[in-house]
Amino acid sequence: MGEKMEKSHQIKRRVQIVLMQGFVWLSVLLAILLVVSLIGYIAVKGLPHVSWDFIAGVPSILKKTMGILPNILNTFYIVLFSFVFALPLGVGAAVYLTEYAAGRRLVRIVEFAVETLAGIPSVVYGLSGMLLFSQLFGFKTSLLSGGCTTVIMILPTIIRTTQEALRTVSTSCREGALGLGAPKWYMIHTVVLPSCQSGILTGCILSVGRIVGESAALLFTAGVGTIIADNILQAFSKSGGTLSVALYMYVSEKGDFETGFAIAAVLMVLVLLMNFLQS
Amino acid sequence: MKKLQKTWEIIMQKIFFLCGMAAIVIVLLIAGYVTVAGLPAILEIGPIEFLFGTVWESTSANPKFGILPFILTSIWGTIGALIIGVPIGILTALFLSKMAPRRISGIIRPMVELLAAIPSVIYGLTGMMVLVPFLMQVFGLKSGTCLLAAMLVLSMMVLPTIISVSETALNAVPQEYEQASLALGATKIETMFKISLPAAKNGITAGVVLGIGRAVGETMAVMMVAGNVANMPGLFKSVTFLTTAVAKEMSYASGLQRGALFSIALVLLCFIMVINGLLNFVIKRKDG
Repeated sequence: MGEKMEKSHQIKRRVQIVLMQGFVWLSVLLAILLVVSLIGYIAVKGLPHVSWDFIAGVPSILKKTMGILPNILNTFYIVLFSFVFALPLGVGAAVYLTEYAAGRRLVRIVEFAVETLAGIPSVVYGLSGMLLFSQLFGFKTSLLSGGCTTVIMILPTIIRTTQEALRTVSTSCREGALGLGAPKWYMIHTVVLPSCQSGILTGCILSVGRIVGESAALLFTAGVGTIIADNILQAFSKSGGTLSVALYMYVSEKGDFETGFAIAAVLMVLVLLMNFLQS
Repeated sequence: MKKLQKTWEIIMQKIFFLCGMAAIVIVLLIAGYVTVAGLPAILEIGPIEFLFGTVWESTSANPKFGILPFILTSIWGTIGALIIGVPIGILTALFLSKMAPRRISGIIRPMVELLAAIPSVIYGLTGMMVLVPFLMQVFGLKSGTCLLAAMLVLSMMVLPTIISVSETALNAVPQEYEQASLALGATKIETMFKISLPAAKNGITAGVVLGIGRAVGETMAVMMVAGNVANMPGLFKSVTFLTTAVAKEMSYASGLQRGALFSIALVLLCFIMVINGLLNFVIKRKDG
């Protein structure tokens, strides 16, 4: 009797082990299949439509040409603009949180604010950006409004990664500098910040990824324009769609799937490139 | 010279303080703005009518603004995404953390990271071109744009978050636990499921909550596959999420309709606040 129960228990355990193993492998295969097929699908559908004329061209109904140069430029401008403002602000905030802030309570509040910023859906950013920058500040639907919105969106990423990098700098480094008589700011910009360059760089790459992939927030603030401006200043005062926004517009509003897939392929190459840079 | 340096120090301290406060100011600004823009419409429509009304007809002559369909769709869509995404995510994390040889996990991990970096419009495009026709064929639907399609797309999008956070939690499980289990005669896979998984419970929960945040906030991918009709949720019905309700009508809305869209954004913001609170609770429990 006891032996029988022992045996049935053994069988049950065997079955359980096989099942567990099966589920794990199934999940892993599904995950891999998902990534590979997604990349493969976009590459097969999109790459044949990508050509030099497409990348360096301008869409024109009169000349019957299709190109995404304006969108590439707009994306580049917005990334540039966001970094000029978000990088000092974000690194500064992180330095304040890890080096200067005295009150534990205040740090908690700021960190909660940063977490909230990271969690706000992009469509809410789009709305707030539209109200605040496009209407209240009178920037209209322009790259400037879009840029201001993305500054806020990438701020939490930069603050967090910088904070993490700052924490890895050993206290002995800091104490060494302070012990040699260096004042705080001197210590920070000569010892602490240089040693967390790579951490900050990672944050920057992540932020570029976020901006390049962003569509909902920029649709309402930066608009969908496809005209190349004469100079940078003029570009920022006009509406301009980034690559992701353009992809959405071509696919959903115009039903032009060929162009959509081609832009998707370009975006995918960019994303792969950034992932590669990060590692 | 010394004096100059001293003033410089003080100036920099002030600047850093201002940078630190910027995050708080921005959050307050956004929350304040959305509240100011959204609250009047809620009051005009009536809070109960607004939150629990089942009909959304913003452009008809006698407009109705009930957002219950959007709220329920967002909740169901998220639950659906989790039902598919959480098991796959956790098991993949288990594999990466405990089973895979270093060389293999070194290949799979970047793939998962890549999944997180792919723009949502690409998910939307793929969903639209592959998933929607597929569902249409398999279930014999008139149109494949439905809640199920959105759930499937969302489940792909929450996957990387769940995998990477769970993997970190699983890696942090003390080796002694696992060694003890192995020494008692449990096999490797039994140890993974019965020791490592429960020990990393809190970290995994944090990953799932983060995934919920991503699913609730997703806009464009969902907009491209869900059909965007203000129906009450049904697996094969064309539906509108909270986020897509805002994005769809924003470009042409005016007056009360516009106000109502900001009210939806306010509801969305409240959702995110609750999720963040939940996340903090989970993380704190881990520390304590």
